[in-house]
Amino acid sequence: MSPAGGNYTKSSHGPLFLQNGRVIDPVNGIDRQADVLIVAGRIVALAELGQGLEIPAGCECIDLKGMWVVPGLIDMHVHFREPGEEYKETIESGARAAAAGGFTAVACMPNTAPVNDSQGVTALILAKAVGVSCRVYPVGCISRGARGEELADIGEMKRAGAVAISDDGMPVSDGQLFKRALEYSANHGLLVISHSEEVSLSRGGVINEGEISIRLGLRGIPNVAESVSVYRDLALAEYTGQPVHIAHVSTGEAVELIRRAKARGGRVSAETAPHYFTLTEGDVGDYDTNAKMNPPLRTEADRQAVIAGLADGTIDVVATDHAPHSRLEKDLEFDQAANGIIGLETSLPLTMELVRQGVLSPAGMVELLSVNPARILGVEGGDLGIGRRADLTVVDPQKGFIYAEETIVSRSKNSPFIDRELTGKAVLTIMGGVITHREL
Amino acid sequence: MEPGHLFNHKHLTSLADLSVEDVELVLSTARSFKEISFRSIKKVPTLRGRTVINLFFEPSTRTRLSFEIAAKRMSADTFNISAVSSSAVKGETLVDTALNLQAMNPDMVIIRHSSSGAANLLKRHLKTSVINAGDGTHEHPSQGLLDMMTVIEHKGELAGLKIAIIGDIAHSRVAHSDIIGFTKMGAAVSVSGPATMVPVEVEGLGAKVCLDPRDAVADADVVMALRIQRERLLDPLIPSPHEYAAFFGINEALLRLARPDALVMHPGPINRGVEIDPAIADGPRSVILDQVTNGVAVRMALLYLLMGGE
Repeated sequence: MSPAGGNYTKSSHGPLFLQNGRVIDPVNGIDRQADVLIVAGRIVALAELGQGLEIPAGCECIDLKGMWVVPGLIDMHVHFREPGEEYKETIESGARAAAAGGFTAVACMPNTAPVNDSQGVTALILAKAVGVSCRVYPVGCISRGARGEELADIGEMKRAGAVAISDDGMPVSDGQLFKRALEYSANHGLLVISHSEEVSLSRGGVINEGEISIRLGLRGIPNVAESVSVYRDLALAEYTGQPVHIAHVSTGEAVELIRRAKARGGRVSAETAPHYFTLTEGDVGDYDTNAKMNPPLRTEADRQAVIAGLADGTIDVVATDHAPHSRLEKDLEFDQAANGIIGLETSLPLTMELVRQGVLSPAGMVELLSVNPARILGVEGGDLGIGRRADLTVVDPQKGFIYAEETIVSRSKNSPFIDRELTGKAVLTIMGGVITHREL
Repeated sequence: MEPGHLFNHKHLTSLADLSVEDVELVLSTARSFKEISFRSIKKVPTLRGRTVINLFFEPSTRTRLSFEIAAKRMSADTFNISAVSSSAVKGETLVDTALNLQAMNPDMVIIRHSSSGAANLLKRHLKTSVINAGDGTHEHPSQGLLDMMTVIEHKGELAGLKIAIIGDIAHSRVAHSDIIGFTKMGAAVSVSGPATMVPVEVEGLGAKVCLDPRDAVADADVVMALRIQRERLLDPLIPSPHEYAAFFGINEALLRLARPDALVMHPGPINRGVEIDPAIADGPRSVILDQVTNGVAVRMALLYLLMGGE
């Protein structure tokens, strides 16, 4: 049974008839104009235009001419700050930001306070997720306290509803522990998500290591801090025969290591974040702490390598690493400021930029933002087949907007994309037949 | 420099922000102010009624005193805040500290801080003028200017000179400002030191990286040593001070490769016997104390120009 991702108990919306949209559903090989009928939270019919579906009484009809109808977007890497740092983001506010960005589901990383290393915290997160605007899939810790010393109670967290394990933000330095985590998670069918970072090479670093780190006088994080660790994780996954998912790939070297592992038949998947294929280290500019994250923004060559990895399928997923921080953590000296940026409301338009550039097909984008994260996490979604849960996103591919600070739904505003002109927006987000976001 | 060039800056955080004409104006202004320090009554009324705050989050004797003397010789009122007496220990953020100072209406805040970009952060939040008096491993622009002034005094001009800087280039705010300044003014800068301290990416600043210090020093008009900081031993960037001295210290043998009239410089404070042989530091080619004297003149010029003096 796939996890429910929280029980959405809002009263179910009446039937919805989505007319004239371009349905892009790669799992079922569909990319054509079609009408979609949603009844009781499920997709009940998909019909060619003018095929004359019988529209139930009381059904709301929405004309989607010029719009794309895609499986609900899934962000498999977000940080909602509940429990512990609710002033940055709650599960409720994060879920609203997700819906506004077109997401119907997210997987939330365990580095809350306390960390999610037990069934109690997992259950708390799921309880807080009841009735919010997207499905929330908890990710549990690999190690107790995320301290990297001993395994957390992984089976119990799975039973409570965790969909994966990761010590995101606190890389597992001990190779033996990471190997044991891969082995032990097999019993429970839980994916291990690796924040691959060799801390002895990155310690104290706050920006990519290179000309810019020297000019700004900031301690650098070299590419090899990522690739050395990615190699270890791929080697251990291969050795144990277990799958591993590499989080937030930022370097060309890591892309190439993953490409080779896949060519050998390794059970590896990988994600990158929109900022790694959109920005470079130069965007740190005059010590802009909204361009500070871990891993750091890299060079133009790395950015191009990440794009190539997305284009050829080496990288399976676009995930945001949505990391809300308030001014308290960001309006500081650069080396004192917290890592991370919010991303839920900019991920879709930034990924659509790659479609406009011809790097991705629309169907390819849907795979990165919906199909693949569902498959990798083993959750329902990414599929508009008849009878499926009606999680879907309507995208206006032409809609331009300025990402203005006052329009941000997330409780935190730490984004380097503020005031940027973006194109492509989720105008209707539907989760289980319920409209969670609407601007048409 | 065009006569009447206007200095359109309110802050100075990096020498990269100054044009060639700006640098020439600062240096010519400093030259005209220098004689004030040699009068019996070392004070002019130019900045009377102006308030200058020295906000120092790192220990500093020379730079803080140099700014303070500069301000006082211009008749500005100066106040010193050091990290131990500041609110930093009470958990106040840098921005809050600065906003509180601004509320008392100073005309200038001079900041030294261990975090690179601290002055840039203040500049974004304050209406008051800000001078970076050294931020982390980023820049120390007034030191770069006083170094340029010192070289010009002895060599006439900077264009065409070869400047050699030996030491921890990557982590030296002095080296960064010097490389940016000297190359802007047409000099060539060669740098050398342990590769852990002089990665090839330093060339992005405009300097030529030499693995062998002898290549950097060969035919140089200026040879500058940088202070080796003790904490770099822990990184670890070098094995030991004596190994550094043996391979990268400025000594007579190395200096012999430079031009016979080469100047020897050091931003201080000196670790005698580590980055420079004491005999060289005290020798006839050393202009280390001239640097200190010129520091006051350069800072007088900066206060005057940044506060919009006529």
